[in-house]
Amino acid sequence: MRPFDLLQPKTTDEAIALLARHGSRACLLAGGTDLLVEIKEGIRAPDVLIDAKHLPGMRDLVVSSSEGLRFGALVTARELETSPAVKDFYHGLWQALRELGSIQVRNRATVAGNVCRASPSADTLPPLIADGAVVAIMGPAGERHVTLEDFFTGAGKTVLNGDEIVTGFSVPKPLPGTGKCYVKHGRRKAMELATVGVAVTMTMTGDTCSSIRIALGAVAPTPIRARKAEAVLAGKKPDIELIAQCGAIAATETSPISNIRGSADYRRRMVEELVQRAITAAMEAAR
Amino acid sequence: MKRNITTTINGEARELAVETFHSLLDALRNAAGLTGTKKGCDVGDCGACTVILDGAPVCACLVLAAETDGCNVTTIEGLQSAPGSLHPLQESFMMLGGAQCGFCTPGILMMAKALLDENPNPTDDEIRFGIAGNICRCTGYTKIIDAIRDAAVQLRQEAKGGGKS
Repeated sequence: MRPFDLLQPKTTDEAIALLARHGSRACLLAGGTDLLVEIKEGIRAPDVLIDAKHLPGMRDLVVSSSEGLRFGALVTARELETSPAVKDFYHGLWQALRELGSIQVRNRATVAGNVCRASPSADTLPPLIADGAVVAIMGPAGERHVTLEDFFTGAGKTVLNGDEIVTGFSVPKPLPGTGKCYVKHGRRKAMELATVGVAVTMTMTGDTCSSIRIALGAVAPTPIRARKAEAVLAGKKPDIELIAQCGAIAATETSPISNIRGSADYRRRMVEELVQRAITAAMEAAR
Repeated sequence: MKRNITTTINGEARELAVETFHSLLDALRNAAGLTGTKKGCDVGDCGACTVILDGAPVCACLVLAAETDGCNVTTIEGLQSAPGSLHPLQESFMMLGGAQCGFCTPGILMMAKALLDENPNPTDDEIRFGIAGNICRCTGYTKIIDAIRDAAVQLRQEAKGGGKS
């Protein structure tokens, strides 16, 4: 590996000061499962890694149907995946976590890293956006909060300033009658990056869809909400025709690229299909 | 940018001089002289370098050696319970043809150990899910899964005090 120094601050203030001092020469290290690969492959060449793993208060994981979900930036993907309450109440996120790399990778990887890397195809982003997750950010001026939906500004780009650190996430508690689903489409069943990712969080009141959030991955420079598609179903009684219309409209809201994993046209067609499947599964789960 | 670390490897505290930019994999193979852990892809895709770090299976290529100061690492060299004996997983892989060229085998054995520690009676689907990050280009996985299932039976019998049949 290309040589770099490793700094291991013990407080968040110290870490922020180090980030400010070293600027673009430094990268913040959490799980390292993406950063170390990018260093090995020459995509990034930092002179300094600032290891976040000794920062206090970032390993908490609190999850229940009454309080919602809160977790620190150092909580690993595997810790979330193996939490029964995450599986029960944040099922879309749980499905996405199981698609992220391998168990070996998930034992190191953090959701905070997945978020800050801001890859358009990152699996955990659509379900967290569908669930209304909020990012906690610490910087020299103190703490601020940004909804995850507004966190991304482009492929690999976020609202984070160079001297800010993501410290954790909070996700609202699920309303009664809520069902969730994440569908990942790839070329193989494991160790894959998403060609298309679709997350749906849907609340049913009787036969009526009282609220729905649809988030799409790998079909735009950032994960996106399919708001026009959501409007098709919100307040309506979903049937096969409405759900099909919802899928077709969601496909028009995307701006995919063609790459080795699929053409733009293929991605749009898969969005149309997978949105319908995800809605059907979420509706089933909401009962 | 040398770092002196003390890492417990296979039950023995080892003082190692590593560079800050060395992976745990390179430290194990070069500084600690434990070459049973294999370097396949070196980017976390193949699982050949799987070791158990503080109870959790990880890719040693994606961990910095300096991050493991004060940690516990178990490698393939520490899988057997006593010198000259083999772990039930190793016996099963031998008996059932779970290894062909053998390059992926140490990583698969460590992942399988972690899997059976957590879930002593896995279904075939759970075994497949567990070793999804371990790539084998020889076997087609069938005999690997047979061997892990067989070792799980042996380990459950041992746990019940029945010993090896």
